[in-house]
Amino acid sequence: MREVDARGLSCPEPLMLTAEALKSGNDPVRVLVTEPHQKMNVEKFAKDHGRKTSVTEIEDGFAVVIE
Amino acid sequence: MNLSDSKKKLALAGVVCGLVAACLAYFGNPANMAFCIACFIRDTAGALGMHSTATVQYARPEIIGLVLGAFIISAATKEYRSTAGSSPMARFVLGMVLVIGSLVFLGCPLRMVIRMSAGDLNAWVALIGFILGVATGVFALKKGFSLGRAHVTNRMSGGVLPVLMLGILVLALATNLLNASESGPGSMHAPVLLSLAGGLIFGAFAQKSRMCFAGSIRDVILMRNFDLLTSIGGFFAVMLIFNIATGRFVFGFDTPGVIAHSEHLWNILGMYAVGFAAVLAGGCPLRQLILAGQGSSDSAVTVLGMFVGAALAHNFGLAASGTALNAETQEVVAGTVPLNGKVAVIICIIACFIIAFGNKRSEGK
Repeated sequence: MREVDARGLSCPEPLMLTAEALKSGNDPVRVLVTEPHQKMNVEKFAKDHGRKTSVTEIEDGFAVVIE
Repeated sequence: MNLSDSKKKLALAGVVCGLVAACLAYFGNPANMAFCIACFIRDTAGALGMHSTATVQYARPEIIGLVLGAFIISAATKEYRSTAGSSPMARFVLGMVLVIGSLVFLGCPLRMVIRMSAGDLNAWVALIGFILGVATGVFALKKGFSLGRAHVTNRMSGGVLPVLMLGILVLALATNLLNASESGPGSMHAPVLLSLAGGLIFGAFAQKSRMCFAGSIRDVILMRNFDLLTSIGGFFAVMLIFNIATGRFVFGFDTPGVIAHSEHLWNILGMYAVGFAAVLAGGCPLRQLILAGQGSSDSAVTVLGMFVGAALAHNFGLAASGTALNAETQEVVAGTVPLNGKVAVIICIIACFIIAFGNKRSEGK
Protein backbone atom coordinates (compact mmCIF):
# COMPACT_ATOMS: atom_id res chain seq x y z
CA MET A 1 0.00 0.00 0.00
CA ARG A 2 1.28 3.47 -0.84
CA GLU A 3 1.91 5.69 2.17
CA VAL A 4 1.73 9.47 2.48
CA ASP A 5 3.48 10.71 5.61
CA ALA A 6 2.01 14.16 6.28
CA ARG A 7 2.70 14.12 10.02
CA GLY A 8 3.74 17.49 11.39
CA LEU A 9 3.04 19.38 8.17
CA SER A 10 1.02 22.61 8.24
CA CYS A 11 -2.32 22.99 6.46
CA PRO A 12 -3.00 22.60 3.59
CA GLU A 13 0.01 20.37 2.88
CA PRO A 14 -1.56 17.09 4.14
CA LEU A 15 -4.53 17.64 1.83
CA MET A 16 -2.33 18.58 -1.13
CA LEU A 17 -0.23 15.42 -0.69
CA THR A 18 -3.41 13.32 -0.38
CA ALA A 19 -4.86 14.88 -3.55
CA GLU A 20 -1.60 14.16 -5.37
CA ALA A 21 -1.63 10.54 -4.23
CA LEU A 22 -5.27 9.95 -5.20
CA LYS A 23 -4.67 11.54 -8.60
CA SER A 24 -1.88 9.13 -9.43
CA GLY A 25 -3.87 5.91 -9.00
CA ASN A 26 -6.94 4.12 -7.63
CA ASP A 27 -5.04 1.74 -5.36
CA PRO A 28 -5.34 2.08 -1.56
CA VAL A 29 -3.37 4.89 0.12
CA ARG A 30 -2.44 5.20 3.80
CA VAL A 31 -2.20 8.84 4.92
CA LEU A 32 -0.53 9.70 8.24
CA VAL A 33 -1.47 13.00 9.89
CA THR A 34 -0.93 14.60 13.31
CA GLU A 35 -3.93 16.84 13.98
CA PRO A 36 -7.58 15.72 14.38
CA HIS A 37 -8.82 18.36 11.92
CA GLN A 38 -6.31 17.15 9.33
CA LYS A 39 -7.66 13.62 9.74
CA MET A 40 -11.18 14.93 9.18
CA ASN A 41 -10.10 16.96 6.13
CA VAL A 42 -8.41 13.94 4.54
CA GLU A 43 -11.45 11.73 5.22
CA LYS A 44 -13.82 14.33 3.77
CA PHE A 45 -11.65 14.88 0.71
CA ALA A 46 -11.50 11.14 0.01
CA LYS A 47 -15.26 10.70 0.47
CA ASP A 48 -15.95 13.67 -1.82
CA HIS A 49 -13.92 11.81 -4.44
CA GLY A 50 -15.96 8.62 -4.04
CA ARG A 51 -13.41 6.73 -1.91
CA LYS A 52 -14.01 4.81 1.34
CA THR A 53 -11.94 5.55 4.43
CA SER A 54 -11.07 3.96 7.76
CA VAL A 55 -9.12 5.59 10.60
CA THR A 56 -6.86 4.19 13.28
CA GLU A 57 -5.13 6.15 16.01
CA ILE A 58 -1.34 5.88 15.97
CA GLU A 59 1.26 7.03 18.49
CA ASP A 60 1.64 10.58 17.22
CA GLY A 61 -1.57 11.10 15.24
CA PHE A 62 -3.85 9.20 12.91
CA ALA A 63 -3.60 6.80 9.98
CA VAL A 64 -6.33 7.25 7.37
CA VAL A 65 -6.60 4.33 4.95
CA ILE A 66 -8.27 5.34 1.69
CA GLU A 67 -9.61 2.33 -0.22
CA MET B 1 -18.15 18.47 19.44
CA ASN B 2 -17.11 19.24 15.90
CA LEU B 3 -18.07 22.49 14.19
CA SER B 4 -16.13 22.02 11.00
CA ASP B 5 -17.81 19.01 9.40
CA SER B 6 -20.75 20.84 7.81
CA LYS B 7 -21.35 24.25 6.27
CA LYS B 8 -24.29 24.89 8.65
CA LYS B 9 -22.14 24.38 11.74
CA LEU B 10 -19.36 26.52 10.27
CA ALA B 11 -21.84 29.31 9.55
CA LEU B 12 -23.16 28.96 13.11
CA ALA B 13 -19.64 29.35 14.51
CA GLY B 14 -19.21 32.48 12.39
CA VAL B 15 -22.52 33.85 13.72
CA VAL B 16 -21.52 33.21 17.35
CA CYS B 17 -18.13 34.91 16.84
CA GLY B 18 -19.93 37.78 15.07
CA LEU B 19 -22.27 38.18 18.06
CA VAL B 20 -19.26 38.30 20.40
CA ALA B 21 -17.57 41.00 18.29
CA ALA B 22 -20.81 43.01 17.98
CA CYS B 23 -21.39 42.76 21.74
CA LEU B 24 -17.86 43.99 22.53
CA ALA B 25 -18.20 46.88 20.05
CA TYR B 26 -21.52 47.82 21.67
CA PHE B 27 -20.03 47.77 25.16
CA GLY B 28 -17.04 49.97 24.43
CA ASN B 29 -14.42 48.55 22.06
CA PRO B 30 -13.26 51.15 19.48
CA ALA B 31 -15.47 51.84 16.47
CA ASN B 32 -14.99 49.28 13.71
CA MET B 33 -12.17 47.67 15.69
CA ALA B 34 -14.51 45.46 17.73
CA PHE B 35 -12.18 42.48 17.67
CA CYS B 36 -8.88 43.06 15.84
CA ILE B 37 -6.00 40.69 16.49
CA ALA B 38 -3.23 42.99 15.21
CA CYS B 39 -4.60 46.08 16.99
CA PHE B 40 -5.13 44.18 20.23
CA ILE B 41 -1.67 42.58 20.16
CA ARG B 42 -0.27 46.09 19.51
CA ASP B 43 -2.23 47.41 22.52
CA THR B 44 -1.04 44.52 24.71
CA ALA B 45 2.57 45.07 23.56
CA GLY B 46 2.11 48.71 24.62
CA ALA B 47 0.72 47.65 28.00
CA LEU B 48 3.87 45.57 28.52
CA GLY B 49 6.06 48.57 27.68
CA MET B 50 7.33 47.16 24.38
CA HIS B 51 6.46 50.49 22.71
CA SER B 52 5.69 53.90 24.11
CA THR B 53 2.79 55.20 22.01
CA ALA B 54 0.57 56.33 24.87
CA THR B 55 -2.74 56.07 22.98
CA VAL B 56 -2.47 52.35 22.18
CA GLN B 57 -1.61 50.64 25.45
CA TYR B 58 -4.01 48.21 27.08
CA ALA B 59 -3.71 44.51 27.95
CA ARG B 60 -6.62 43.32 25.82
CA PRO B 61 -8.39 40.44 27.61
CA GLU B 62 -9.69 39.31 24.19
CA ILE B 63 -6.19 38.17 23.13
CA ILE B 64 -5.66 36.36 26.44
CA GLY B 65 -9.14 34.82 26.19
CA LEU B 66 -8.58 33.58 22.64
CA VAL B 67 -5.47 31.64 23.60
CA LEU B 68 -6.95 30.33 26.86
CA GLY B 69 -10.29 29.49 25.19
CA ALA B 70 -8.52 27.45 22.51
CA PHE B 71 -6.32 25.81 25.17
CA ILE B 72 -9.25 24.81 27.41
CA ILE B 73 -11.52 23.53 24.63
CA SER B 74 -8.71 21.60 22.92
CA ALA B 75 -7.67 20.00 26.21
CA ALA B 76 -11.30 19.15 27.03
CA THR B 77 -11.94 17.58 23.62
CA LYS B 78 -8.56 15.82 23.39
CA GLU B 79 -7.31 17.95 20.51
CA TYR B 80 -4.46 19.50 22.50
CA ARG B 81 -1.11 18.43 21.06
CA SER B 82 2.22 19.84 22.09
CA THR B 83 4.25 20.23 18.88
CA ALA B 84 7.27 22.25 17.71
CA GLY B 85 10.13 22.34 15.24
CA SER B 86 8.74 23.60 11.92
CA SER B 87 11.12 26.47 11.00
CA PRO B 88 10.38 28.55 14.10
CA MET B 89 12.50 31.57 13.13
CA ALA B 90 10.94 31.80 9.66
CA ARG B 91 7.58 31.78 11.47
CA PHE B 92 8.83 34.53 13.82
CA VAL B 93 9.55 36.73 10.78
CA LEU B 94 6.16 35.86 9.27
CA GLY B 95 4.55 36.93 12.56
CA MET B 96 6.30 40.30 12.26
CA VAL B 97 5.08 40.62 8.65
CA LEU B 98 1.50 39.77 9.68
CA VAL B 99 1.36 42.64 12.13
CA ILE B 100 3.40 45.25 10.24
CA GLY B 101 1.27 44.73 7.09
CA SER B 102 -1.87 44.89 9.24
CA LEU B 103 -0.82 48.12 10.97
CA VAL B 104 -0.10 49.80 7.61
CA PHE B 105 -3.63 48.88 6.48
CA LEU B 106 -4.96 49.43 10.03
CA GLY B 107 -6.42 46.05 10.83
CA CYS B 108 -5.87 42.31 10.62
CA PRO B 109 -8.00 40.20 8.20
CA LEU B 110 -10.65 39.88 10.95
CA ARG B 111 -10.91 43.66 11.26
CA MET B 112 -10.83 43.98 7.46
CA VAL B 113 -14.07 41.96 7.37
CA ILE B 114 -15.50 44.04 10.25
CA ARG B 115 -14.63 47.24 8.38
CA MET B 116 -16.13 45.82 5.17
CA SER B 117 -19.35 45.10 7.05
CA ALA B 118 -19.44 48.74 8.22
CA GLY B 119 -19.35 50.09 4.66
CA ASP B 120 -15.67 51.13 4.74
CA LEU B 121 -14.69 50.97 1.06
CA ASN B 122 -10.97 51.13 1.98
CA ALA B 123 -11.35 47.64 3.43
CA TRP B 124 -12.91 46.39 0.18
CA VAL B 125 -9.89 47.81 -1.68
CA ALA B 126 -7.57 46.06 0.80
CA LEU B 127 -9.44 42.79 0.17
CA ILE B 128 -8.03 42.85 -3.39
CA GLY B 129 -4.50 42.91 -1.96
CA PHE B 130 -5.35 40.22 0.60
CA ILE B 131 -6.70 37.86 -2.09
CA LEU B 132 -3.65 38.49 -4.30
CA GLY B 133 -1.37 37.79 -1.31
CA VAL B 134 -3.17 34.53 -0.53
CA ALA B 135 -3.00 33.58 -4.23
CA THR B 136 0.78 34.20 -4.23
CA GLY B 137 1.08 31.94 -1.18
CA VAL B 138 -0.96 29.26 -2.94
CA PHE B 139 1.36 29.55 -5.97
CA ALA B 140 4.33 28.96 -3.65
CA LEU B 141 2.58 25.93 -2.10
CA LYS B 142 2.01 24.48 -5.57
CA LYS B 143 5.70 25.01 -6.31
CA GLY B 144 6.57 22.85 -3.28
CA PHE B 145 6.83 25.39 -0.44
CA SER B 146 6.95 23.94 3.07
CA LEU B 147 8.33 25.06 6.41
CA GLY B 148 8.97 21.42 7.27
CA ARG B 149 7.59 19.10 9.91
CA ALA B 150 6.66 19.88 13.48
CA HIS B 151 7.28 17.09 15.99
CA VAL B 152 5.47 16.06 19.13
CA THR B 153 7.21 17.50 22.20
CA ASN B 154 6.80 17.31 25.98
CA ARG B 155 3.25 18.23 26.95
CA MET B 156 4.41 21.20 29.03
CA SER B 157 5.97 22.96 26.03
CA GLY B 158 2.69 23.73 24.30
CA GLY B 159 1.25 25.13 27.51
CA VAL B 160 3.88 27.86 27.94
CA LEU B 161 2.14 30.57 25.89
CA PRO B 162 -1.26 30.00 27.56
CA VAL B 163 0.47 30.29 30.98
CA LEU B 164 2.25 33.50 29.89
CA MET B 165 -1.12 34.88 28.76
CA LEU B 166 -2.58 33.98 32.14
CA GLY B 167 0.35 35.85 33.70
CA ILE B 168 -0.51 39.01 31.72
CA LEU B 169 -4.12 38.69 32.91
CA VAL B 170 -3.01 38.44 36.55
CA LEU B 171 -0.73 41.49 36.13
CA ALA B 172 -3.59 43.42 34.51
CA LEU B 173 -6.12 42.56 37.21
CA ALA B 174 -3.99 42.56 40.34
CA THR B 175 -1.20 45.12 39.81
CA ASN B 176 -0.51 48.59 38.40
CA LEU B 177 2.57 47.43 36.51
CA LEU B 178 1.02 47.53 33.04
CA ASN B 179 0.51 50.68 30.97
CA ALA B 180 -3.05 51.70 30.19
CA SER B 181 -4.00 54.50 27.77
CA GLU B 182 -5.98 57.43 29.14
CA SER B 183 -7.02 58.61 25.67
CA GLY B 184 -7.15 57.19 22.14
CA PRO B 185 -8.09 53.68 21.00
CA GLY B 186 -6.31 52.03 23.95
CA SER B 187 -8.63 53.79 26.39
CA MET B 188 -11.74 52.48 24.63
CA HIS B 189 -12.72 49.03 25.75
CA ALA B 190 -15.56 46.86 26.95
CA PRO B 191 -15.54 45.85 30.67
CA VAL B 192 -12.63 43.51 31.43
CA LEU B 193 -14.66 40.44 32.35
CA LEU B 194 -16.92 40.85 29.31
CA SER B 195 -13.86 41.12 27.04
CA LEU B 196 -12.33 38.05 28.67
CA ALA B 197 -15.55 36.05 28.33
CA GLY B 198 -15.82 37.21 24.70
CA GLY B 199 -12.27 36.08 24.02
CA LEU B 200 -12.85 32.68 25.64
CA ILE B 201 -16.05 32.05 23.64
CA PHE B 202 -14.52 33.32 20.39
CA GLY B 203 -11.42 31.20 21.00
CA ALA B 204 -13.41 28.05 21.70
CA PHE B 205 -15.62 28.43 18.62
CA ALA B 206 -12.69 29.40 16.41
CA GLN B 207 -10.79 26.31 17.59
CA LYS B 208 -13.68 23.94 16.90
CA SER B 209 -14.51 25.49 13.52
CA ARG B 210 -10.89 26.06 12.36
CA MET B 211 -11.95 29.61 11.49
CA CYS B 212 -9.25 31.24 9.38
CA PHE B 213 -9.55 34.31 7.21
CA ALA B 214 -6.60 33.43 4.99
CA GLY B 215 -7.39 29.69 4.96
CA SER B 216 -10.93 30.34 3.74
CA ILE B 217 -9.71 32.13 0.60
CA ARG B 218 -6.76 29.74 0.21
CA ASP B 219 -9.13 26.75 0.16
CA VAL B 220 -11.31 28.40 -2.49
CA ILE B 221 -8.31 29.10 -4.75
CA LEU B 222 -6.52 25.81 -4.10
CA MET B 223 -9.33 23.28 -3.73
CA ARG B 224 -12.50 25.10 -4.86
CA ASN B 225 -13.64 24.38 -1.28
CA PHE B 226 -16.00 26.95 0.25
CA ASP B 227 -16.37 25.34 3.71
CA LEU B 228 -14.18 27.73 5.71
CA LEU B 229 -15.53 30.73 3.81
CA THR B 230 -18.97 29.87 5.23
CA SER B 231 -17.87 30.78 8.76
CA ILE B 232 -16.54 34.13 7.51
CA GLY B 233 -19.89 34.66 5.75
CA GLY B 234 -21.76 34.06 9.03
CA PHE B 235 -19.47 36.48 10.84
CA PHE B 236 -19.86 39.15 8.13
CA ALA B 237 -23.66 38.83 8.10
CA VAL B 238 -23.97 39.40 11.87
CA MET B 239 -21.62 42.40 11.81
CA LEU B 240 -23.46 43.88 8.80
CA ILE B 241 -26.81 43.65 10.60
CA PHE B 242 -25.29 45.04 13.81
CA ASN B 243 -23.67 47.99 12.01
CA ILE B 244 -26.84 48.90 10.11
CA ALA B 245 -29.08 48.47 13.18
CA THR B 246 -26.89 50.65 15.41
CA GLY B 247 -26.17 53.38 12.86
CA ARG B 248 -22.52 52.39 12.54
CA PHE B 249 -22.77 51.66 8.80
CA VAL B 250 -21.05 54.51 6.91
CA PHE B 251 -20.59 53.86 3.19
CA GLY B 252 -17.56 55.61 1.71
CA PHE B 253 -13.82 56.17 1.66
CA ASP B 254 -13.13 59.17 3.89
CA THR B 255 -14.83 58.23 7.12
CA PRO B 256 -13.34 60.14 10.07
CA GLY B 257 -13.44 58.42 13.42
CA VAL B 258 -13.24 54.79 12.29
CA ILE B 259 -9.41 54.53 12.22
CA ALA B 260 -8.88 53.98 8.49
CA HIS B 261 -7.08 55.75 5.65
CA SER B 262 -7.55 55.97 1.89
CA GLU B 263 -4.03 55.38 0.59
CA HIS B 264 -5.27 52.66 -1.74
CA LEU B 265 -1.91 51.33 -2.95
CA TRP B 266 -0.72 50.85 0.64
CA ASN B 267 -4.00 49.33 1.77
CA ILE B 268 -3.54 46.82 -1.04
CA LEU B 269 0.17 46.18 -0.44
CA GLY B 270 -0.24 46.00 3.36
CA MET B 271 -2.88 43.31 3.10
CA TYR B 272 -0.99 41.63 0.24
CA ALA B 273 1.88 41.07 2.70
CA VAL B 274 -0.58 39.80 5.33
CA GLY B 275 -2.35 37.37 2.95
CA PHE B 276 0.98 36.07 1.62
CA ALA B 277 2.53 35.64 5.10
CA ALA B 278 -0.63 34.04 6.50
CA VAL B 279 -0.64 31.29 3.86
CA LEU B 280 3.07 30.62 4.45
CA ALA B 281 2.53 30.46 8.23
CA GLY B 282 -0.51 28.16 7.84
CA GLY B 283 -3.10 30.66 9.09
CA CYS B 284 -4.15 34.25 9.72
CA PRO B 285 -3.29 36.12 12.97
CA LEU B 286 -6.46 34.76 14.65
CA ARG B 287 -5.61 31.19 13.64
CA GLN B 288 -2.04 31.59 14.94
CA LEU B 289 -3.39 32.46 18.41
CA ILE B 290 -5.75 29.48 18.29
CA LEU B 291 -3.05 27.04 17.14
CA ALA B 292 -0.75 28.40 19.86
CA GLY B 293 -3.53 27.74 22.37
CA GLN B 294 -3.93 24.13 21.24
CA GLY B 295 -0.26 23.37 21.77
CA SER B 296 1.72 24.51 18.73
CA SER B 297 4.96 26.12 19.87
CA ASP B 298 5.61 27.07 16.24
CA SER B 299 2.47 29.21 16.24
CA ALA B 300 3.45 30.53 19.68
CA VAL B 301 6.71 31.74 18.10
CA THR B 302 4.63 33.38 15.34
CA VAL B 303 2.62 35.12 18.07
CA LEU B 304 5.87 36.37 19.66
CA GLY B 305 6.85 37.66 16.21
CA MET B 306 3.54 39.52 16.09
CA PHE B 307 4.28 41.17 19.45
CA VAL B 308 7.75 42.25 18.29
CA GLY B 309 6.37 43.42 14.92
CA ALA B 310 3.75 45.51 16.73
CA ALA B 311 6.41 47.08 18.94
CA LEU B 312 8.63 47.87 15.94
CA ALA B 313 5.67 49.31 14.04
CA HIS B 314 5.27 51.97 16.71
CA ASN B 315 8.90 52.41 17.77
CA PHE B 316 9.98 53.03 14.16
CA GLY B 317 6.90 54.92 13.00
CA LEU B 318 5.65 52.29 10.54
CA ALA B 319 1.95 52.27 11.47
CA ALA B 320 -0.50 54.34 9.44
CA SER B 321 -2.68 57.08 10.90
CA GLY B 322 -6.45 57.12 10.51
CA THR B 323 -8.51 59.81 8.82
CA ALA B 324 -9.75 62.16 11.53
CA LEU B 325 -11.84 65.26 12.03
CA ASN B 326 -10.03 68.38 13.30
CA ALA B 327 -12.13 69.33 16.33
CA GLU B 328 -11.43 73.06 15.96
CA THR B 329 -11.76 73.58 12.22
CA GLN B 330 -14.14 70.65 11.54
CA GLU B 331 -11.93 69.77 8.55
CA VAL B 332 -11.30 66.17 7.58
CA VAL B 333 -7.59 65.37 7.97
CA ALA B 334 -6.65 62.45 5.73
CA GLY B 335 -4.91 59.49 7.34
CA THR B 336 -1.53 58.58 5.86
CA VAL B 337 1.04 55.82 5.65
CA PRO B 338 4.47 57.17 6.72
CA LEU B 339 7.50 56.62 4.45
CA ASN B 340 8.98 54.22 7.02
CA GLY B 341 5.78 52.15 6.83
CA LYS B 342 5.94 51.98 3.04
CA VAL B 343 9.58 50.85 3.11
CA ALA B 344 8.72 48.28 5.80
CA VAL B 345 5.88 46.81 3.70
CA ILE B 346 8.23 46.42 0.71
CA ILE B 347 10.79 44.68 2.98
CA CYS B 348 8.00 42.46 4.36
CA ILE B 349 6.93 41.41 0.85
CA ILE B 350 10.54 40.66 -0.14
CA ALA B 351 10.94 38.59 3.07
CA CYS B 352 7.79 36.61 2.15
CA PHE B 353 9.17 35.85 -1.33
CA ILE B 354 12.51 34.70 0.13
CA ILE B 355 10.74 32.43 2.64
CA ALA B 356 8.23 31.19 0.04
CA PHE B 357 10.73 30.17 -2.57
CA GLY B 358 13.67 29.32 -0.30
CA ASN B 359 11.90 26.58 1.68
CA LYS B 360 11.03 23.41 -0.23
CA ARG B 361 9.15 20.34 0.94
CA SER B 362 11.81 18.18 -0.71
CA GLU B 363 14.40 19.54 1.77
CA GLY B 364 12.44 18.37 4.80
CA LYS B 365 12.81 15.02 6.53
